[in-house]
Amino acid sequence: MKPAPFRYVRPSSVDEAISVLAAEGYGAKPLAGGQSLIPTMNFRLAQPAVLVDIDRLDELRGIRDGGGDGATNGLYIGAMTRHSELERSAVVRDRAPLLAEAMPWIAHPQIRNRGTMGGSLAHADPAAELPAVMLALDARIHLRGPAGDRTVQFCDFCTGFFSTALAPDELVTGVEIPPLPAGTGTAFLEISRRQGDFALVGVCAVVTLDAGGVCTRASLTLLSVGDGPVCAKTAEDALRDRTLTPDAVRDAGEAVATIDIDPPADIHASAAYRRQLARVLTARALDTAARRAAGA
Amino acid sequence: MGETLTIRLTVNGKAYDRPVEPRLLLSDFLRHDLHLTGTHVGCEHGVCGACTVLLDGEAVRSCLVFAVQADGAEISTVEGLATPSDGSGIPHPEDADLHPIQAAFRESHGLQCGFCTPGILMTLVPFLEENPDPDEEQIREALSGHLCRCTGYQNIVTAVRLAADRMAT
Ligand SMILES: Cc1cc2nc3c(=O)[nH]c(=O)nc-3n(C[C@H](O)[C@H](O)[C@H](O)COP(=O)(O)OP(=O)(O)OC[C@H]3O[C@@H](n4cnc5c(N)ncnc54)[C@H](O)[C@@H]3O)c2cc1C
Ligand code: FES
Ligand code: FES
Repeated sequence: MKPAPFRYVRPSSVDEAISVLAAEGYGAKPLAGGQSLIPTMNFRLAQPAVLVDIDRLDELRGIRDGGGDGATNGLYIGAMTRHSELERSAVVRDRAPLLAEAMPWIAHPQIRNRGTMGGSLAHADPAAELPAVMLALDARIHLRGPAGDRTVQFCDFCTGFFSTALAPDELVTGVEIPPLPAGTGTAFLEISRRQGDFALVGVCAVVTLDAGGVCTRASLTLLSVGDGPVCAKTAEDALRDRTLTPDAVRDAGEAVATIDIDPPADIHASAAYRRQLARVLTARALDTAARRAAGA
Repeated sequence: MGETLTIRLTVNGKAYDRPVEPRLLLSDFLRHDLHLTGTHVGCEHGVCGACTVLLDGEAVRSCLVFAVQADGAEISTVEGLATPSDGSGIPHPEDADLHPIQAAFRESHGLQCGFCTPGILMTLVPFLEENPDPDEEQIREALSGHLCRCTGYQNIVTAVRLAADRMAT
């Protein structure tokens, strides 16, 4: 099928984009990489009246180490930074290895050449990698609307199935990832049917160990097991002050599978299969993250 | 037809200046407006890869780009790969000036019906530039964004390896 007609606007600044969105209301949508929006328009699942093309707004692009607009010296990533730029970035590999590890799992190279970080976060697909990564890394998302700039902690950004705290006249301008504490290791794991398909289940693990190898902080998030990225709170709490022995990571996998998630069943996988994948992937991801934290 | 905007872009080195409706997909612009029907259309949601072209040197799905977004861009399609020796613009299979990747596909039986082939070739051009000596796993990963209903992929993998060997020398 073909998309329904729409009016195309190519603003020359973020503020101009926002005033067009504000004037047009719910009928208008930002067009970023188009890799989620255009397929839905091709099937006429979405028929926006106006598309505001933010692709050429260079102020929304780029990766800045220590360049967060906030007080932390985190890693700042502009919304229009493409998946392929993140995938190739040495700074991202160095400062946010979890993000670097997740990138190749997003679709195919041809899609990553167009798709953007901001688009993925705004779209909030429960099977998407980036929202789960940002949740695990305790990122802060930067938004701008007619009333100015605001930042939202990522855990408050995703509000439900394909839903976020974003107002229709707001743009995601970037995201800020705080530095990892010393003694921290991360791991990303995912199972999909074929290379490039959406995840059946994915897991992000961030583990901080003290000098004695005891876990002082664990962050565990999952994708494709709920309405959005899911934080496995029970398992996280149970890991604190423990040594990550094979038993401890197995217990964490069990807690994730039986308490923390309530996965959907669909044509891709049954709920029981998703629980089993979550159980196994959680244990593996924790084990890998702990070994990386120990510098092994 | 709704309002139109005029776009200016080059396709295979040739400059075009055309009015387009905003909703026109780049794939349809190439096929219907420019009559470059080598770019194929299978699924129109980014999965099959048949519509893959180069936009400013990078492989993209032309079914997931509006023609208006390509304003000012350089597009390369499968029609631009070979250099026809008779100047006809249409490469003949016996033509010595096939692109080395095309020649390798022909020799290794990397295609049967050919529906998927133009997209695969366009993915492989930048892939082999970035990975001049790919192993089988890298090749299969590069091909994962393309669906082929005929070959079983085996001969495509062989063709890519042959092309890499030839292009290295
Ligand atoms: C075949 C295929 C496979 C895919 N597989 C995966 C996968 O495995 N994992 C995955 O995570 N994704 C996958 N994707 C989606 C891809 O990652 C998209 O690039 C991404 O989800 C959306 O980014 P975009 O820049 O293309 O956004 P667009 O499609 O342009 O926009 C998506 C939505 O976000 C809004 N939006 C975009 N940018 C902003 C902004 N800055 N501020 C406010 N709103 C904004 C738009 O209005 C729209 O509603 C796949 C896509 C395809 C076609
Ligand atoms: S037609 Fe574009 S990917 Fe299938
Ligand atoms: S050769 Fe027929 S689809 Fe690939």
